[in-house]
Amino acid sequence: MTTLRIDNLNVSFSTEAGPLHALKNVSFDVPENRIVGIVGESGCGKSTLINAILGLLADNGSIDGGSILFEGQDELTSLPSSRMRDLRGPRIATVFQDPMGALNPVISVGKQMLNIQYRSTLSKDEKMNRAVEMLELVRIPDARAALARYPHQFSGGMKQRIAIAMALMMEPALLIADEPTTALDATLEVTTIELLKDLQQKIGCSVMFISHHLGVIAELCDDVVVMYAGEVVERGTVRQIFQDPRHPYTARLLECDPARQSERTRHLPTIPGEIPDLRARPAGCIFANRCDLVSDACSAPPPDKDIGDGHVARCIIADCPEETGVTA
Amino acid sequence: MSSDPILKVEDVQVSFPVGGFGRRNSILGVAGVSFEVNRGETFALVGESGSGKTTLARAVNGLQEISAGSITFEDQRIDELDPRAMKPVRKRMSMMFQDPVGSLSPRMTVGDLVTEPFRIHGIEGRNLRDEAERLLTLVGLPTSFDSRFPHQLSGGQARRVGVARAIALDPALIIADEPTAGLDVSVQGEVLNLLNDLRERLGLAMVIITHNLHVVHHVADRTAVMYLGRFVEAGETEEVFSAPQHPYTAALLSANPEPDPDKTHDRITLPAEVPSLLARPSGCEFHTRCPWAQSQCSFDAPERHVTDERVIACHFPLAPGARPPEQKESVLS
Repeated sequence: MTTLRIDNLNVSFSTEAGPLHALKNVSFDVPENRIVGIVGESGCGKSTLINAILGLLADNGSIDGGSILFEGQDELTSLPSSRMRDLRGPRIATVFQDPMGALNPVISVGKQMLNIQYRSTLSKDEKMNRAVEMLELVRIPDARAALARYPHQFSGGMKQRIAIAMALMMEPALLIADEPTTALDATLEVTTIELLKDLQQKIGCSVMFISHHLGVIAELCDDVVVMYAGEVVERGTVRQIFQDPRHPYTARLLECDPARQSERTRHLPTIPGEIPDLRARPAGCIFANRCDLVSDACSAPPPDKDIGDGHVARCIIADCPEETGVTA
Repeated sequence: MSSDPILKVEDVQVSFPVGGFGRRNSILGVAGVSFEVNRGETFALVGESGSGKTTLARAVNGLQEISAGSITFEDQRIDELDPRAMKPVRKRMSMMFQDPVGSLSPRMTVGDLVTEPFRIHGIEGRNLRDEAERLLTLVGLPTSFDSRFPHQLSGGQARRVGVARAIALDPALIIADEPTAGLDVSVQGEVLNLLNDLRERLGLAMVIITHNLHVVHHVADRTAVMYLGRFVEAGETEEVFSAPQHPYTAALLSANPEPDPDKTHDRITLPAEVPSLLARPSGCEFHTRCPWAQSQCSFDAPERHVTDERVIACHFPLAPGARPPEQKESVLS
């Protein structure tokens, strides 16, 4: 079963200068028990996507079409808000970049972990034990004593692990992790992603992991979705994307990663040009103005080309790997 | 390398008061750090959050009072200067702050923002419009941007405006605090290339603070690794990366995620959490997490040795490619 199926989703915001199409024909699946990484630069629509899934779009945002099907039954684009509230937390949980923003600074960790179990029918002691169990799972030393402490008494890495423990406490079907390791240094980042992988297997949930750190994505995720200017330009398994990218944007993005330059260089590769104005989207390919493989055919909307085994790229030459100039 | 230090930091300490009302105490955010930055050189400060990188940068720029040590910039002691006397120094040493959009006033246009340094320092006799044009061109932004407001900029563009402000008064040294945090890889490359071009063209020295080790590898001439407010290792970037001698450096480098799903990782895992600055461990402060720690490390603080341009604070410096003892055993069993 697919935990989350997003099909042809379109989201726009009304602005003074006219409608801004933040997401255009976005389709991908988050299969059961998989970790799906979402990659894309800031402004590519990652946050809009999360908010659309959670039913938290700003007042000027609207879903103009498409569907977000959760666990094969709940259509999130038209769900009554009361039902959405039942899903948020117990079934769909989130972890954000800044753990301090997720934890209340003036309430002890234990009390916060009790509070979020308000729907549970367990007794207070049982809830306490559950909280201890979760803190032990995320390797907080001396978990029972930790319940009495306040967020500022933990290090940044520990706070993020507490936030993860809280998100997974109700054993959700889907965890949305929005850049959860960006604020951590390399050693903590690695421990956090290893922990996340471990917990995902223990709990058996699906994870949507948003990051612009390609190394973290490569290490953690099963599948990868590449977004550019509000469109999914390519999606596939982590090996398909990192070893055989078919969309020129994916290929260029991977080349830009300083981690791929084994030789020390003072001049790092970049993608020249800027993202087009989303209020005036080009009719054709969204990447055409920055693509060095552009041709006349790119002025028509490109099809989602199926390369096989779930590998899809929105580019007319995606099925001719020699033409995408990929040097993976 | 010819030694022509533009900045000389000696045994600098920064302490912060904590507690209050009968429990007054203080912690050392920076606990005795020395380094030099030469003209035209890029010096990187690496370390986890809370290791004192930003505090050290603020201390160098005079934004944070130091409690011991000395800072010499262009042959002038600057740590004892009062704010008024510090002002001309800031023309020569500029700072780029972490948050690219947050460090720009939302109510000023880009043109006003890039020429604000001239107004602050009362530099007259220049046409500010021309200056704005010159600076925007230098950082690769269209001159039409001078009427835009910060919220109309992308993260990368806001960074460029930050760079334009930093170079406006022809400084000799730029301190850049996480210049690429939050930027995606292609924009990150643009900002780093820009800083590097400017360094070459204007002969700038740079101090870059970051926790992105891939970035450090490419842009920095020398790198210092900080842990709990001290340098545990410092040296030529290439050498530090190819043969780390301090266990913490080795662990940091081995933890660096690589964009290759099939890469097998031979990681050095660090047991235990980062200690609190309120309860610094005795002896070598890294011994609580060090896989190589021996009994001597728990009571005897290592001296800093300097060998071949490498500074290292460890009793038992690692040989190249060393593996932690316990992990070796587990492989055998």
